[in-house]
Amino acid sequence: MEIAVAAGFVALALLVMADSIRVGRGWGSDGPEAGFYPFYVALALGAAAASILVRHWRLASSKHFVAPQELRRVLSVLVPTALYVGLLLLVGLYVSSAAFLAGFMRTQGKYSWPKALGLGIGVPVAMFLLFEKGFGLPLPKGPLENWLGY
Amino acid sequence: MENLFNLLHGFSVVTSGQNLVLMFVGILLGVLIGVLPGLGGANGVAILLPLTFSMPPTSAIILLSCIYWGALFGGAITSILFNIPGEPWSVATTFDGYPMAQKGQAARALTAAFSSSFVGALAATLMITFLAPVVAQFAIEFGPPEFFAVQLLVFATFVGMGKGNAAKTVVSTMLGFALAAVGLDTVSGQLRLTFGSLDLLRGFDFLVAVIGLFGIGEILVSVEEGLAFKGIHARIRWQVVGETWAELPRYWRTSLRSVLVGCWMGITPGGATPASFMSYGLAKRLSKNGSRFGTGELEGVIAPETAAHAAGTSALLPMLALGIPGSPTAAVLLGGLLLWGLQPGPLLFVEQKDFVWGLIASIYLGNIAGLVVVLTTVPWWARVLRIPFSIIAPLIIVFCAVGAYAVHNSQMDIVVMLGFGVLGYVLKKLNYPLAPLVLALVLGDMGEAAFRQSMLLSQGSLAIFYSNPLVGSLVTLALLMLLWPAVSYVRDSLRRPAPAPQLGVP
Repeated sequence: MEIAVAAGFVALALLVMADSIRVGRGWGSDGPEAGFYPFYVALALGAAAASILVRHWRLASSKHFVAPQELRRVLSVLVPTALYVGLLLLVGLYVSSAAFLAGFMRTQGKYSWPKALGLGIGVPVAMFLLFEKGFGLPLPKGPLENWLGY
Repeated sequence: MENLFNLLHGFSVVTSGQNLVLMFVGILLGVLIGVLPGLGGANGVAILLPLTFSMPPTSAIILLSCIYWGALFGGAITSILFNIPGEPWSVATTFDGYPMAQKGQAARALTAAFSSSFVGALAATLMITFLAPVVAQFAIEFGPPEFFAVQLLVFATFVGMGKGNAAKTVVSTMLGFALAAVGLDTVSGQLRLTFGSLDLLRGFDFLVAVIGLFGIGEILVSVEEGLAFKGIHARIRWQVVGETWAELPRYWRTSLRSVLVGCWMGITPGGATPASFMSYGLAKRLSKNGSRFGTGELEGVIAPETAAHAAGTSALLPMLALGIPGSPTAAVLLGGLLLWGLQPGPLLFVEQKDFVWGLIASIYLGNIAGLVVVLTTVPWWARVLRIPFSIIAPLIIVFCAVGAYAVHNSQMDIVVMLGFGVLGYVLKKLNYPLAPLVLALVLGDMGEAAFRQSMLLSQGSLAIFYSNPLVGSLVTLALLMLLWPAVSYVRDSLRRPAPAPQLGVP
């Protein structure tokens, strides 16, 4: 994992350097060009990441990044969160938050449906009152809110 | 004397009705944020920042800075009662705080923690009151080369003084600068690193990055460790408070040392977390009870808490005087200044007197209010933590999403936040420091502008960074810091012929 991450940073550095050369990394008529600064930033990034890469390559550590048990716990939060964000883009923040809260409580906390739905619907309603009415800060909405006339 | 008048004026700004209410709201929210794992000072303030857009800047900064003080206090509660640090800077507090709670001295440990936090903050605030205007006065003469040199010194300090792998600090810093460069180049108007994507045009907002890195990333780290709050009931009786207060002056030596460590680490951007560890380590080595540290020594609570609070507070000094934050949370507050239309930097002391002195006065009052609030409401916070994780976790994630969206009213930012969350988790696991990344993201544009202006002044010659004694000594100091890890590595390997391989020191 150390190696993969360091390699990723080296690749990123190369990408930034390539783009900096595209916009010009030299000295234009009016001073340093746009790519001047990012180029050297990327150079330092690449060099440091490469040194980490080389060091861990030589050590060839076989230590696990995460234990399987830990990975399962992390994914049990990460996967629902990713689904939540995906759903959010489709149906807006309120409906997706309700689904996310209720679903999470139901699957992870083994709550009964009435409890999960109660909190799941209560929180978005409270959020609507607080942000939309209280602070005048509109949050993303979807078909349901349109249908309700907002 | 003039400063004292300004400060008195600041007190009158803070104690005007609405601001006083905001102060208490801020403290309560802050303690809540500090108590909940996954929500910390930096991302808590970042999430609430959009709510302050419509407020006057002075009220906004009072609210947000009080959230910060509250979070600093709150971190200690979970450390002592549950052995779970609510904040990274209260990890060292668990070493002796939790054993004390197990011995039935929870109230004593909490009182000592809160009181030493208060002492640390007070000392740092006194320093800000008298030192910040002087530094700002001095910095008003700064040109682009000087500003660039100061920034160089800031990041060199991370490399030189930071624990762990210097190369990882460099990677983290440069990643921040590279991400800051994405988008429209303000000088030439060219598009950089957008690869034809419209969403990348605006660049990465550091507030979104902070919410992702510290909010989502932190939650992932805490679930991996498997949270369980099996704690001790706590109620603080005033008798115990009195007894503990009577006991505290005995440890003045530890307190004084911790204040100095904290102030130093706060101004040089070490931050509260390393300050608390360093102070604990020093106390352990220098105290005559040192050998009993870890079994529930009062001094082991005093040392890290004093230093953490002193560092967290003094991180505001460079932010106010130079426009360069000393910690991630200070960086978020600095971002707030920009959003409210204030230009951070030395001129703030001249042009925005109300704002600066209102803020400084609110640090004094906020910490007094904070001390009273936490001492009286501990049982209530302990109960908050009994809310099961399967409710707290999705709630925090929803708040993070709202916060990330509200920065620019952009749904794309929520996706970016998720990306930063995964990045934060991976980097944290591999011991890459996150603070330099955030600071570089905030300072990236300013640093680049300062560098390019210097280059224009000198027509491309790096000699400008040695053109006068001030900038020369700053740059020399920075270079020394950068070389420090190499020097100590060579020294160590000379001392030990075959150095043991060190893999990411935790």
